[in-house]
Amino acid sequence: MSTAIETPRSTETLNYLNTKYGWKSWLFTTDHKRIAILYLISISFFFLLGGIFAMLVRLELATPAGDLFNSDTYNKLFTMHGIVMIFFFLIPSIPATLGNFLIPMMIGAKDLAFPRINLLSWYIYIVAGLIAVGTMAYGGVDTGWTFYPPFSSTYSRTYVVAAAIAVFVSGFSSILTGLNFIVTIHKMRAPGMTFDRLPLFVWAHYATSLIQLLGTPVVAITIALLGLERIFHVGIFDPAIGGDPILFQHLFWFYSHPAVYIMILPGMGVINEIVACFSRKRPFGYPFIAGSSIGIAVLGFLVWGHHMFVTGQSMYASLVFSLLSMAVAVPSAIKVFNWTATMYKGSIRFETPMLYAFGFIGLFTIGGLTGLFLATLATNVHLTDTYFVVAHFHYVMVGGMVLGYLGGLHFWWPKITGRMYPEFWGKLSALIVFVGFNFTFFPQFLAGYAGMPRRYHAYAPEYQVFNVMSTAGASVLGIGFTLPLIYLIWSLFYGPKAPANPWGAKGLEWETSSPPPTYNFDTPPVMNEEAYNYSGDDTGVHVG
Amino acid sequence: MEQQFSSAQLGMWAFLLTEIMFFGGMFGAYTVYRSMYPGAFQSTTHYMNVTLGMANTLVLIASSLTMALAVRSAQVDNQKMLRIMIVLTLFFGFVFLGIKGYEYHEKWVEHLIPGPHFEYNVPNYAHQAQILFFLYFAMTGTHALHMVIGAGLLTYLLIKSYKGSFSSHYYTPVEIIGLYWHFVDIVWIFLFPLLYLIGAHLHA
Amino acid sequence: MTSHQVVPIKVYVAVWAALSILTMTTWQVALIDLGPFNIIAAITIAVVKMLLVVTIFMHVRQADSLTRLYVGAGFLWLVILLGILLCDYLSRSWIPGGQFWPSGPAMIVGG
Ligand SMILES: [Cu+2]
Repeated sequence: MSTAIETPRSTETLNYLNTKYGWKSWLFTTDHKRIAILYLISISFFFLLGGIFAMLVRLELATPAGDLFNSDTYNKLFTMHGIVMIFFFLIPSIPATLGNFLIPMMIGAKDLAFPRINLLSWYIYIVAGLIAVGTMAYGGVDTGWTFYPPFSSTYSRTYVVAAAIAVFVSGFSSILTGLNFIVTIHKMRAPGMTFDRLPLFVWAHYATSLIQLLGTPVVAITIALLGLERIFHVGIFDPAIGGDPILFQHLFWFYSHPAVYIMILPGMGVINEIVACFSRKRPFGYPFIAGSSIGIAVLGFLVWGHHMFVTGQSMYASLVFSLLSMAVAVPSAIKVFNWTATMYKGSIRFETPMLYAFGFIGLFTIGGLTGLFLATLATNVHLTDTYFVVAHFHYVMVGGMVLGYLGGLHFWWPKITGRMYPEFWGKLSALIVFVGFNFTFFPQFLAGYAGMPRRYHAYAPEYQVFNVMSTAGASVLGIGFTLPLIYLIWSLFYGPKAPANPWGAKGLEWETSSPPPTYNFDTPPVMNEEAYNYSGDDTGVHVG
Repeated sequence: MEQQFSSAQLGMWAFLLTEIMFFGGMFGAYTVYRSMYPGAFQSTTHYMNVTLGMANTLVLIASSLTMALAVRSAQVDNQKMLRIMIVLTLFFGFVFLGIKGYEYHEKWVEHLIPGPHFEYNVPNYAHQAQILFFLYFAMTGTHALHMVIGAGLLTYLLIKSYKGSFSSHYYTPVEIIGLYWHFVDIVWIFLFPLLYLIGAHLHA
Repeated sequence: MTSHQVVPIKVYVAVWAALSILTMTTWQVALIDLGPFNIIAAITIAVVKMLLVVTIFMHVRQADSLTRLYVGAGFLWLVILLGILLCDYLSRSWIPGGQFWPSGPAMIVGG
């Protein structure tokens, strides 16, 4: 197995981290675990970058006057915050890191179905990321992450085409990851790993991958058409020469609404695993949770028009979109009910991942329910393009996805790195993140409900109290996100060695050593029990 | 081997799903504008070279046949026929691209390329017809790009087949590149009536 | 996975002949003024041609149900996209009370 030039240190067993050394062994690797680490490093960079833009936005908004930046700079800041966070952090966050690392292990495979395509998708992501960073270095883009024409196609004086190319290219990375997962989940499962024994994390990623395959190409071609329109001055979306800008919004949201589920479904998958493990119970209603993932993926494609209620879309279409948007709440609610039912009468332990899971459930519920306000036609007219919308999607994306991501990262950190993180600091920062998050975004609901519009660098003085709270909360949130960065890196060097299964969790990934060997399992695993067989195992100690 | 074959096949189908939606965005735009501007869209047929469009459709269908026969030759281990069929498929592909290039040149000469130099002699329809021509170039251009990629893949197959890589036991690349080639054919099957024949009855 | 069965050459040639004939048909039909049925005829013929290519040339006839599911999903999603788009555009000019907006670009109707 080892082709290393250096012989591994004798005290350590061979694993995927120490079989080979040197930058070549990383940049040309086809090991899904190493590619996951490459992704982890790259998305952390973009999370930091997007976070800096967010801090600058919040700083500007601390006072009602537009005093720190002029309006053009402010437009660029929130646009680049959106583009970086959505296309370069949230979309790849859980799938490309935890999903990449864990899916083959969870189903008992050696690797993904197409390891080289997996590496290719990381390189495509990096190329897209470099284009994005280059765009920003040259002066950025100010259209908002939504690239609405005719502003983006005709009037914006910033680097719209370059940013569009970055988004276009990053789409292919996302598509290839999804394609790889789908084939892997269908074709690489270990003996006994039937679909009804599949971990719910894998189910969630299957649904995510479907959206990536079916939605991403539509936004890719739409952004490409927009770029062509801007370069060649031909009108397909330009109303001045017979085009319809609303058509761009249709095609854009055909992807970008389901993209919300690309971002949240993997987070839900993580929460399933954490809740089951730390309640020491089989997930309540397994088939319903699995089915609701697929249901969300399918229904999610039928509701995109709720972003367009005030654009001049047909009111009959709006009625149908409104109704269907309400319907998506059903599978989402099924998940929340099932998580709480799983915890009911469980022997719950309050370790860091579980704290994040609690945060996720609470904040996602608020984010989801405020989504119903926005899906209602009459209230939408009042709330659209206000801070209420901003608060709503940050509750889902940060309160949901980022917390899910952090929870999952802590949960599987011992497996990924072979080291334990410091539990005290983990719990403390989970608490700080939760408090900081609510301080940042809850006031935005109130500001938005009172009528504060989004995307302005100056605002009426009566909104200042909300914005000062929000900015103060953002600094707390910033500390909460910085702490894990420090102690997780610290733990790589000084953390205690992790056992194979520190949480006493079920699942094939816990039955191999931490960190796992290059081909994941020393002997090919067989799944010979039901998924989440926590019954009769209340000690929390699992001999793997 | 069987596992690898079926993984590659499912992977290609999943990729084609993506391709359907990639073209789907443009078909969506086409559907919307055609329903919005029926008169202008019908008037454009006058400027389309229906004969060449027909010819290209037949060429592409023939290339699909040779591609299918190439896969079959690999299945029955007929190496010589495999090479002949790949070469024929490539040949038809290039004929298609040649004809397409000639048509593009015609549009250039007639100032039918969308943009500042676009000229249309039905003034009421100038803007709206330009949208159709934009879609024409976007859709056939994307299609032609797929053909070029397909030609590259076929060249790869040809080289591999000269090295004797394929047999009745292993022909996965032939099969999945074949799927891709047939998909590109299907796109054209829709493009031809939708772009060339919208108002054919008016000009009959 | 059973697509290793070899299809006889004559089946392929027959499909090719059918596709060529259908191409001629689609052209001839387009020359007749059928009103709204021109587009319906064109799409129907194209769908038939597509089905021929998909089932025979692309071996879906011999494929497992998973492959068929994916093929079906692809076309279903395309229909979802086009269908919902049309729902908006076709109903934009409807005015409550049964009056239809006079002809012209539907997009200027607004709220
Ligand atoms: Cu939405």
